This record gives sequence, C-alpha cells and structure tokens, in this order.
Amino acid sequence: MLSSEEILEIKHAIKLVPYKKAASVEALKVVQEHRRWISDESLRDVAKFLEMSPEELDSVATFYNMIFRKEVGKHVILVCDSISCWVMGYEKLRDQLFNRLGIKYGETTHDGLFTVLPNCCLGTCDCAPALMIDHDLYRNVKAEELNQILEKYK
Amino acid sequence: MVTIYIDHKPYTVNPGKNLLETCLTLGFDLPYFCWHPALGSVGACRQCAIKMFRDGDDKQGRLVMSCMEPVANNQRISIMDPMAVDFREGVIEWLMTNHPHDCAVCDEGGSCHLQDMTVMTGHAYRRFTFKKRTHVNQDLGPFINHEMNRCIQCYRCVRFYKDYAGGEDLDVFASKSNVYFGRSEPGILESEFSGNLSEVCPTGVFTDKTLKQHYTRKWDLTMAPTICQHCSLGCNIIAGERYGDLRMIANRYHGEINGYFICDRGRFGYEFVNSPNRILQPQHMGQPIDSDKAINEISELIKQSNVIGIGSPRASLESNYALKKLVGDSNFYKGVSKQEQALTELAVSILKEGTVRTPSMKETEKADAVFILGEDLTNTAPMLALAVRQSVKQQPMQEVNKLAVPEWNDAAAREIIQDKKGPLFVATVAETKLDTIASKTFRAAPQDIARLGFAVANLIDSSAPNLSNLSEEEKTLAELIAKSLLASERPVIISGTSCQSDSVLKAAANVASALQKRNKNTGIVLTLPECNSVGLSVMGGLALHDAFEKVKNSKADAVIILENDLYRHGSAKVVDAFLSKCKSVIVIDHSQHATTTKGQWLIPAGTFAEADGTLVNNEGRAQRFFQVYEKANVKESWRWLSSIGSAAGNAIMQPWKNFDSITAALSQEEKNFNGIEKVSLSADFRMHDGQRVPREPHRYSGRTSMLANVAVSEPKPPEDLDSGMSYTMEGTRALPPSSMIPFFWSPGWNSVQSVNKYQEEVGAALRGGDPGIRLFEASGKQSSYFTNVPEKFKPVENKLWGVPIHHIFGSEELSAKGAAVSNRVPLPYLLLSKEDAAKLKLTEGEAIEFEIDEQGFKLPVKLCATISTGVAGLPVGLPGLSFIELSSWGVIRSLK
Amino acid sequence: MERGWGEVMERPLTQHIRKDGRPLTLKEYEAVGGYQALRKMLKLTPKEVQTLVKDSNLRGRGGAGFSTGLKWSFVPLDTPKPKYLITNADEMEPGTFKDRILLESTPHQLIEGMIIAAYAIQANISYVYLRWAYKTAAQAILSAIDEAMAKGYLGNNILGSGYDLEMHLHTGVGRYMCGEETALLNSLEGKRATPRAKPPFPQVSGLYGRPTIVNNVETLCCLPHIVNKGAEWFQKLSLTGDAGTKLYGVSGKVKKPGAWELPMGVTLRELIEEHAGGMQDGFKFRGALPGGASTDFLVEEHLDVKMDYTSVAAAGSRLGTGTVVILDDKTCPVGFVENLEHFFAQESCGFCTPCREGLPWVEKILSAIDSGEGKINDLKLLEHHTKFLGPGNTFCAFAPGAMEPLQSALKYFRADFEKHIHEHRCPY
Ligand SMILES: Cc1cc2nc3c(=O)[nH]c(=O)nc-3n(C[C@H](O)[C@H](O)[C@H](O)COP(=O)(O)O)c2cc1C
Ligand code: SF4
Ligand code: FES
Repeated sequence: MLSSEEILEIKHAIKLVPYKKAASVEALKVVQEHRRWISDESLRDVAKFLEMSPEELDSVATFYNMIFRKEVGKHVILVCDSISCWVMGYEKLRDQLFNRLGIKYGETTHDGLFTVLPNCCLGTCDCAPALMIDHDLYRNVKAEELNQILEKYK
Repeated sequence: MVTIYIDHKPYTVNPGKNLLETCLTLGFDLPYFCWHPALGSVGACRQCAIKMFRDGDDKQGRLVMSCMEPVANNQRISIMDPMAVDFREGVIEWLMTNHPHDCAVCDEGGSCHLQDMTVMTGHAYRRFTFKKRTHVNQDLGPFINHEMNRCIQCYRCVRFYKDYAGGEDLDVFASKSNVYFGRSEPGILESEFSGNLSEVCPTGVFTDKTLKQHYTRKWDLTMAPTICQHCSLGCNIIAGERYGDLRMIANRYHGEINGYFICDRGRFGYEFVNSPNRILQPQHMGQPIDSDKAINEISELIKQSNVIGIGSPRASLESNYALKKLVGDSNFYKGVSKQEQALTELAVSILKEGTVRTPSMKETEKADAVFILGEDLTNTAPMLALAVRQSVKQQPMQEVNKLAVPEWNDAAAREIIQDKKGPLFVATVAETKLDTIASKTFRAAPQDIARLGFAVANLIDSSAPNLSNLSEEEKTLAELIAKSLLASERPVIISGTSCQSDSVLKAAANVASALQKRNKNTGIVLTLPECNSVGLSVMGGLALHDAFEKVKNSKADAVIILENDLYRHGSAKVVDAFLSKCKSVIVIDHSQHATTTKGQWLIPAGTFAEADGTLVNNEGRAQRFFQVYEKANVKESWRWLSSIGSAAGNAIMQPWKNFDSITAALSQEEKNFNGIEKVSLSADFRMHDGQRVPREPHRYSGRTSMLANVAVSEPKPPEDLDSGMSYTMEGTRALPPSSMIPFFWSPGWNSVQSVNKYQEEVGAALRGGDPGIRLFEASGKQSSYFTNVPEKFKPVENKLWGVPIHHIFGSEELSAKGAAVSNRVPLPYLLLSKEDAAKLKLTEGEAIEFEIDEQGFKLPVKLCATISTGVAGLPVGLPGLSFIELSSWGVIRSLK
Repeated sequence: MERGWGEVMERPLTQHIRKDGRPLTLKEYEAVGGYQALRKMLKLTPKEVQTLVKDSNLRGRGGAGFSTGLKWSFVPLDTPKPKYLITNADEMEPGTFKDRILLESTPHQLIEGMIIAAYAIQANISYVYLRWAYKTAAQAILSAIDEAMAKGYLGNNILGSGYDLEMHLHTGVGRYMCGEETALLNSLEGKRATPRAKPPFPQVSGLYGRPTIVNNVETLCCLPHIVNKGAEWFQKLSLTGDAGTKLYGVSGKVKKPGAWELPMGVTLRELIEEHAGGMQDGFKFRGALPGGASTDFLVEEHLDVKMDYTSVAAAGSRLGTGTVVILDDKTCPVGFVENLEHFFAQESCGFCTPCREGLPWVEKILSAIDSGEGKINDLKLLEHHTKFLGPGNTFCAFAPGAMEPLQSALKYFRADFEKHIHEHRCPY
C-alpha cells in the first residue's frame, strides 16, 4: 500500500505530465526515496496507481541502474569504476571496501547497513577515485580514509 | 511506379514501401528478423543490411538497413555487395553467441526462421569461445511454452502482443545483453491472441504448448488448408495431422480476412478433434454397427417414416444441403432457437438487402471511426476486435503522414502517435476489453443500446426515426458519436446477434444507412453465432420450434439431427419432450453431447479436419475447407446423407459421387448459391505437370516409414476424391493455387515467414487472389429505415432482465471440449451490478438461485461495476448453464 | 600573456564562479549583468535570435559539435504548442566533468540560456534533464528556477513580453543512454531509454511527439554572452575557426587534474603541460582520449593538435566533450580499453544486435587478453568489431562511440596487445 505521503508526491508528478504513465519514473523514484527499493508489491501498487500493468512498469523499472528491484541496505555505496578512477587505482579502494564490509558488489552487510554497487563515472574525474554514499559524494578517496567515512553512517 | 537498381539491374517497383519489403516482393532472399509485414520496421536486429549508393558514380556506398529505407526513384542498392554479405553473416554470428545449440530438441527446429536465416547468410563456424548467458523460463499457461535462452531479442513478441494486440502482461525487462521477454511473474498470458507469439517469434522462445503434448516436426505433418470453425469470421487456418491425431493449427494468410494472425480460440480450440468423446463408429442403440448396414437400415427406416431433418449452423453448406434434399425442402429445419433464427435472418437481410456494404476485416482495420453496438467483440469475434484495435490508429496516422514518415516505420510512427487514438465508441451491456482504447463507452441494457443507435441515426439523418425521452447523457453521447462518424472518411458500424436483441441490429442498420447517405464509404459488420450461420440462413428452412410442433402434432415421427446439440437451442424440457416423442432419432455428429445420448442411431461425422465443405462467413464469403486426413469409419455428414439418400432411391442424390457433384447440384438448384462450385478448384485439378498438390512437405527420405512397425511394405495412400491434393508428399513442389495452400514453404524458407513468397506483394493478396467468393453484396432493396424504436429499459422491482455474456473460452461449443481451452473456461456465475447486489444484500461469490425461462440455476454472484442496474448477465454456454431464452425477466432467490 | 587573440583571457562562462563553490544567487548573478541578455533578446524576433546564434558559429558542446543555430532552424516556428526545450545535463560520459561545474555554480546562467533558446524556437515548456548523481546541482537548479519564477523571468508573460515559458527539473535514474538525445526523450516520457529512429528528428517530432530541441548545458550557457556581446565577439574568443571558449578538463596521472575555460583551440600540449601541471613525477604521457570515453586516442605526435572540433577530427579523433583522459606509461592500455568496453557493454540499451551482442564479446576478449588468455586471432576479432560496430551499422551512435578508443588503441598500442598474448600475462 502506498502511503499518503507517497500518493501526494506521485500525484504532484502526474500533474506535470500529459498522461499518468509518463510519470512512471518519477513515481518509482518517490517510492524508492521512501522505501529504499521497489519490492514486487510496491511495483504493483505504483502500477495500479498509474493505471499501468505491472509488466509495463517493471519494463521501465528494470531498465534503469538506479531503480533497485532488489532489497538494498540502509546505505548504498556506489563505487565509481569508470576510466579515470580506474587509472587512479580505484580497485584498491574497492577491495579495501569489500574486505572491510565482508561483502562484494550487489551484496548487503549482515546488519543491513550497507550495500555496495559498482557505478559508472560520477562526473568528478579530476578528483578520482570517487565514491558516493546515499547523497554524499567522496572525492580523492584514499583507502585509509574508508573507516572514517563509513563510521559516519553507523 | 519508380525504378530502382539492385546490383545494377533496374526494377520497376511501388514507391512508398521500404527496401526490404520491395526486395522480398521481387523475390530476393534478404534475411531479416525484427521487421514483420504487419508490425512494420524498427531497425533493431540489423539483419537486413544492404549497400546503398549515392549515385552511379559512388563506388563505395554505405550500409543501410533495408527495412528502414524508403524506396526512391533511381535508387542504387546492392544485396550482394561483399561488405553487406559479411555484415549480415556477422549479425547471425552475434545472435549465435548466446543462442543455444539445441535445434535437435527445439520445437521450432525445421520450421525456424533463425535456422533459415543462418543458412541463408552462410554463418557456420563459431568464433565466440565464452560462456552463453542463460535465463529462467516462465510458465505462461496452457497455450504457450517459454524458453527464453533461445531469444534473439528481435522485440517482435512485445511489439505484437503489446503494441499490436493491446496485451498488457508481456513486456521486455532489463537491458544490455540481459534483456528478457516475458511476464512480470509466471502466469497465464491474458491476451486472446497469445498464440500468435508462436508464429511471430522467429525462434523457439514462444511455441505452441498444445503441439508439445504430441510433438511432431512440421515436415512430418500432413496439412491442409481449412477454415476456423469457432466463430462467424471464417479465419483461414492450416491444420496438421500425424498418426491420426490433429496436432496443430497455424495461421493461413488471407489478405482480406485474418491476415497474419488468428485468435487463441481458433488456434487452440482444435483439441476436440482428438477428444476421447468422439463418435468414431456408427452405433445403433448403443451398439457398434457396420457402416453399410447402418446406411441400409437407416434408408429403410426413413422410407417408412415421416422424417424431418434438423440442420446446423456449424455444419457445412454441403451437409445441410444434403439433409435438405434427403428429407425434402418442407421437412428441413434450421436447428437454431426461434430467437437465433430471427436474429440471424434479420442480420442476413441487413447485409444482403440493406444499402450498406460489409467491409472485410482488412478494410475494418483501415476504418477511421468505429461504433460498436452490443458486441463484446473480443469474446464473440476476437479477430474483429483485433481489427478494431488497428482502426483506432488510423486518425492519428494522419499526423504521421503529415511529417512524411512512412506508416511502416513503426518506431517513428509510434512516437508521433503516442497515446492518441481515433474515434471508437463501444456500447455494450458490460465492460469489454476494447474499452481501454475507446473514446467513449456506454453501458446499458440492450434496449437502451438500441435507443442510443436510433438517436445517432436520427442525428445523422433527420428522416431516420426520432425518439423521445433520452437522458442528457445519452443525448450528448449520441451527438458526439454522430459528429465523429460524420467527420470520418471510412466509418464502420459493428453489431451482431450476441446480445440477442433485434432492436440493436436494427439500430446499427439505421446508423449505417443514415451515414451511407452522406458517405458512400460507410461499412457495416455484423457478427453471427456460428461459423456457417449465414450459409444456413441463406439456404432457408423452417424454425426449430416448428419441428417440435410437427412432432408434437404427430405429423412426423423420425428425425435426422445434423451436427447439432439441440440442448443448446432449446430448453431441456422442450427438447426432451421432442426427442422422446420421435420414434426414431438419428444423430450425425462427430462429438458426444446431450443430444447424442438420446439418439438411437449415431453416425460418425468428420470434424472439419476429416471433412471437405464450404462455410459462409459473416461478410457472406463462401470458403472451402479441405480434409486434412481420412479417418476410418468417419465421413463427412454429406457423404453419409448421400449414401443414405441413394440407398433410399433418392433420384437427386444418386449422382452425388464427390464434393464437386454435390456443390454443382447446390449451385444449380439454389440461386443464392449460384457459382458456389467456383470457390475452389475441382477434384480433377492438377498442377502444370499433371500432379497433385501434396499435403506433406518434402522429406528427402521417401514417403515415410510411419507404419513400418506394422508392415514393412507401405500401404497405398488414400486417394482424395474431393480435391486435387494428395495425402502424402507426392505431388508438385511449386506454388499451389491460393485456395489450396496446405502449408507455407519455399526453398530456403522453412518457417512460416515463407508466406512472403505466396503473396503478390508483401502484405497484399495471395498470388492469384485471396480465396473465397463473396456470395452477395448489399443490394439496397431494403432502403427504408427500421422504425420500431424500443421502449426505454425500465428495471422491475424484484426482477432482473437476463442478458447474455460471452466468453472466448467456454461460450463456443466445440473449442471448449479440448483440454487446453477447457483449462481456460471460467466457472459459471451471475453478473450483477454492485447496486443491485447491495439492494439484494448479496456479496461477491455468494451462491444464489436464479430463475429464468422456467429454469432454475444455482450460481455464485459476480459483481460488476459497469453493468446497468436491473440487468443480470448470464454467461452463455458455460458448463451448467443450459440453453436460456433471453432476454427475459428472471428472479433471484437467496440460498441462505 | 602571449596570445594572438587579445589582451586579457576572457572566461565568459566561468568568470563569476565563486571561490567557495556556492551557486550564484539571482541577486549575485544580476549584479554581474545576469538576465540583461534576456531583456535584450526579448526585443528580437525568434528568427533574429536564431540568426544571431547561427552567425556566432556556436557548435553544440554535447559532443557532436553540430551548429546550434542551424539545429534550431529545423523547428517549425508556426506549429501549435506544446514545443519543448530540453537541457541535456545527463553528463555520464566517463572522464567528463565539465557540465557539473556550470550546473553547480551558475545555474542562472543556464536558465537564462535556456530561456533564450526556448524563445528562439518558441518553446513553451522546458526541462533540465539532470543526472541523478548531481545532487548539489539539483538543489542549485531548483532554487534558481524558483528565484527566476518569482522575478518574472520564467512563467507567464516573461517581463511583459507576452512570451510564456515553464521550466522543470527532471532527475534521471541512471543510464548512460539517457544522454543520447532521443533516448533522453523516451526517458522523460517515463519509458525505457532506448533511442528513437531518425528521421523524424526531435526538431519535428520529439518529446510527446512534439517539436523539441535538446542542447547541452555548456552550449546553453554560451547564449547569454552571445546575445550580450554579439556573434563576432564570440567567434573571436576562439583561437581557431570553431567559435567561443571551451570548458576543457584533464584527468589521469597529471599533477593538477581539473577543468578550465579556455579559448577554443588551445593545444593538447598546453592543456596538459600548462593547465594540468604536466605529468606526475615518474609517469610519461602515452596517449589521451581528447573528449571522453567515446573518442579515439591521440598520442605523442598529436600533442600540438588544436583542441577544436575541426582539428581534432583531422587528427583522427573527435573533440567530444573536451575533457581529456590521460593514459600514462605505467598503465596498461589493454586494461584501459577493457575498462572502457566494460562500461559500454554494461550501458548498452540492448535494442540493436551489434551493440548488445558485440560489446560483451569485445569486453570478454579484452579481459581474456588482459589476463593472459588471449589468442593472436583475437586481434582480428577485435578489429572485426571496430568495423562492424561502425556508424550506420548500429541503431544509434553509442556503439560506434564505444569502438573509437578500441580501434585507435589497436592502432597505437598494438605491440602491447601482442605482448599480452605472446607472454600470456599482463606486462604491467
Ligand atoms: C550514447 C550517447 C550519450 C550521450 N550523452 C550525452 C550527455 O550526457 N550530455 C550531452 O549533452 N550530450 C550527450 N550526447 C549527445 C546528445 O545526443 C546530443 O547530441 C546533445 O545533447 C545535443 O546538444 P548540443 O547540440 O548542445 O551538443 C550523447 C550522445 C550519445 C550517442
Ligand atoms: S547502438 Fe544499439 S543497443 Fe547500443 S545503445 Fe544504440 S540502439 Fe542501443
Ligand atoms: S529487419 Fe531490418 S533491422 Fe531488423
């Protein structure tokens, strides 16, 4: 069931487009903002609200990288794996992160706190390597700074 | 016409098409995947690449996708250019990186477009040395099998299912090399057209699950051109048999009727042919009896009795005619209820004597405004619903034309059209699947649907009868409909007999004639109950209840019932009384039903698969269906009847030796059927080299060793007395006449895509013209308006007006007898408006007793948001719901 | 400073950026001449604005370098509403970080540019299609739109001119393809971001089937200045025939990676040696992608190539986004290209065969070579793909772009590939 807040926000998105379906991406973002990810149930609820079939909505949802159709942890860590970060040795940072959290890409820590995902260029190539946790961008990240950064999210 | 140069040779071609279509029409073997003649071009697969040159001096050229390039005058292209040839091979190589090497166990093997294209491009050696990606398959219900690993991502399935047929539960998921085609979760595919996936898909992802139950390669099937028996539209189909079982139905292209597609009732409804409830042996009093003995005894019996014959709207013209000749014109009865008879006669008279022409389905697709009165088309005439789905694209298409984008450029056209839809008005008793694309819907009792129609007609032409006390809402709607119809160029009015109201038919006729006065391009399409309702109606005959009367009054004591379950046309009480009063009851039919249990004589008729015959569809088109295979002891009803007639000394029938002689007699004797013998070629037709048309594709291994376990020497194949076809692969391996295409095949084209080679032009008529003959055109004899406007429907306290509800699976008699379709038949129910249910304190699913037409039915209640108050919907033909004379008042009794 | 083009180096786009990185507020922007161009422009006819921009020789900064004025002129001026203007702020090309700077620091400059562009084509609705990861930019744009609305620069009857324009921010949900302008349109419509067939071009049938212009952030940011100072001034900003300044950037093993607004046409050498401070100690220059992941390598011999559309093309690559990624001598070129092709294979939309099936194959081959499992025949296969995934062979420009670094790497770093294969290991 969509919450009244979610409904309000989705309704607002619908107002800005010529027909309901056109708000599909916005609506998914709204629900994800509230629930971190889009469960099958959420998907069905949103689809119903937008007068779409679950198939039609899922077709859109599964296309985009940043719509999570699998449950993610409380914080999502996106590791930039594109070229400048690669040149600047992001792999070391990534391995450190894996070690530190005991998980790999696509996995969530046991406490449900972190999910790590690979991500394309974060648009801060002059400050590589970079990673993003939720809304926060970290640039020029050194492997030894990781602990400190993660601490903030506990 | 314009000139283009293909590999330096000039060709004169039609402008306005794309180069792929044009090359295919010219007979070139140019491979493709994502393009489909009915779905247009999207340029996804890149398989159809050719070289294009700027002018005569350009030696370099560039690769283009032929499906995305419009034909232009003086265009220079090359199919054989080495770079184009290499690239096309490269595309297959890419597709093969992930396609499994499972041809040997794949249902598509041998009739696979991917196989054909792979051979055509010459790709043979594998350079990709890595692992293939794999997917999980889904259970999609009883009709369609899903094997995702075989997918080559041509997007045809979604484009057909979603964009063309309006299905909502199949889509493409994910992205990159991981795209997945299926449902959001496993489950039954909801579209009534899902079966077409098996033909639209160029590989073995979507295949026919019913065929899988008794799988046979296409090259091992014995096939014949036949006509779908499951509604009045007369879609053309191919039926295939092996070892005495009917194994599959496929689409048979017809440029005017079904085009490339058929509905799921038509495709999967065939299983009744293999049912254990078939009648396969003549029986007398429940005991098997030898055929000749049966013929002799029955001929004796009828000589000594006052025999009457009851015909059938689902039997061929020939069988009905034979019965009529056997019992005499004055003893021939049509075998449908009084109401069905009246409605059918009315419908046929509108089509025959009215002023408005009946367009074909192809023409209906091109209609730019449609008004449907009383028909839930998806359930009564599914392919017509599919045509209507295309019609709503017509008006928005003008926008596409304005931007000079060709209509076949589906990718671009869809972006331009977006969600816009042309005018479609749907007036029915309850919601229909077409509602989602309708401009406006109207829900009411049949009387009020008719009144809306009368009002529209009057608004279009004030000399059409007027009516008073319309509600404001109805008035506004009528004005909108009238305005939209008048503004259109090719309006089509659709109605039919399924809501069992003559007023609705008359209203539809009035709207059409009123429009016709202002616009000569108007069309009217009426749907009828059965595959040969029109044929039977034109043949004439008395009403079934007259037969009941006659026997009741002891004017007759024996009856021959032709392919007809009387319990579907009369109430149990009346039919019981009739059958028990008859001294002799002779039933000729192929499947068991309530009436066969009462017959002293049972004569095993052939189903369409074991028979030749002619049917007349709802547009008045007579079409021949050909026997697929012979079955011991089973014969066409007309064969049985002529044998009985001959044995009884009937002088007319004695010369009837085969199909040709009986159609000749029919053509000669009945002026309505003059020329009927020309519907197909005569039995002595032979191909140019004197050989027959083979029902089996060529196998290089000789005839077959099918019966080697019985005897090594192969038995002589049966000889076809009724057509110029052979039952084997023996015959001419060349394009047969259009009415005799048993399967689509062409060198290098083993899949159904080979249909291109059979058409005069891609998507146009079959070479030599689409088969069938229209028996009549609107003569204009009946040019005045129908005047009897019905009274407004008034709900009656404590009563409910029963109206019929139709189901694609379940409402039709024969298809529901098969396993796959019977899986999809809903349980019976009584449909009630939420208001009425509330008033009666009934909840969803609650059991009640509904008393109507002197019968009581125990049914669960189903609530409906759209049906009008005071009306109750009764699903036609579902198990447990016997014949009910609708529309009439009924009463609900709670069972609490 | 010794320059042939004038005394002081002009940086119209970035000169007002605050040191603290905070976005310029409306007040601050107005104080430095903001929205004067808008006032000036409203006195011109849309055709006159188009002509001005055509004369300025502004070429699209999104990567393709198509004339902006010419592109606008394809929009039918007399068609009924709605018409759309869209800012392409989906910046996701690996190695590219130029639009971010403009978005985060001078949102009003973009908005003013958008109004000018929208007016020139008589669009009445505009969108900023912003990449999801740019959270700071999103905030900046949202509040700038509000400010501009309140001040009457947006909305109905802008400054009493009778011209109306709505503006909305749309943030994407992550997919490189969304930057391709027709895929962007599908995405804005709430659909899968697969590209559309062209023709018809968005100028005649774009968002919701209506005439639409999509322009890059940097392109639009040039407009207020062109209107203020004229076409000739804009042309003269450049050192070469391609007009204006350009936001260049350098990343990789240089001393001072970063981005700078410079006259169009500075050399690659100047960029690296002067602005980026030269290579880090112990690293040598081996090659560079001049403008993001989908451009061909330039190598040592190209260091003096002028970084404008025409000159870089003549050197066998593309200016692209003008943000340079450097390959140094301690970094494996095979691994470098493998990283790029991994990105492309992941981001392919999956619509057309060559891209969907070809890129993963390429990635797998590169990965095999990199890990020492390559075979000499693999180079043939890679070359085969660079040809078969070329322009026109795939549905959109994505896959051809993906082939550019690969084809040039095979040309310039072939010995490295061969070494991997012969030695069955990565020599780096
Ligand atoms: C795969 C692909 C990705 C693209 N990504 C972007 C992008 O992120 N930002 C951008 O401005 N242009 C991008 N483009 C170019 C756009 O399609 C389009 O040409 C550009 O936005 C037009 O703006 P301009 O004329 O101002 O350069 C991309 C093109 C392709 C083929
Ligand atoms: S080249 Fe083809 S698969 Fe690749 S992104 Fe473009 S359309 Fe999609
Ligand atoms: S048939 Fe032309 S691209 Fe698929």
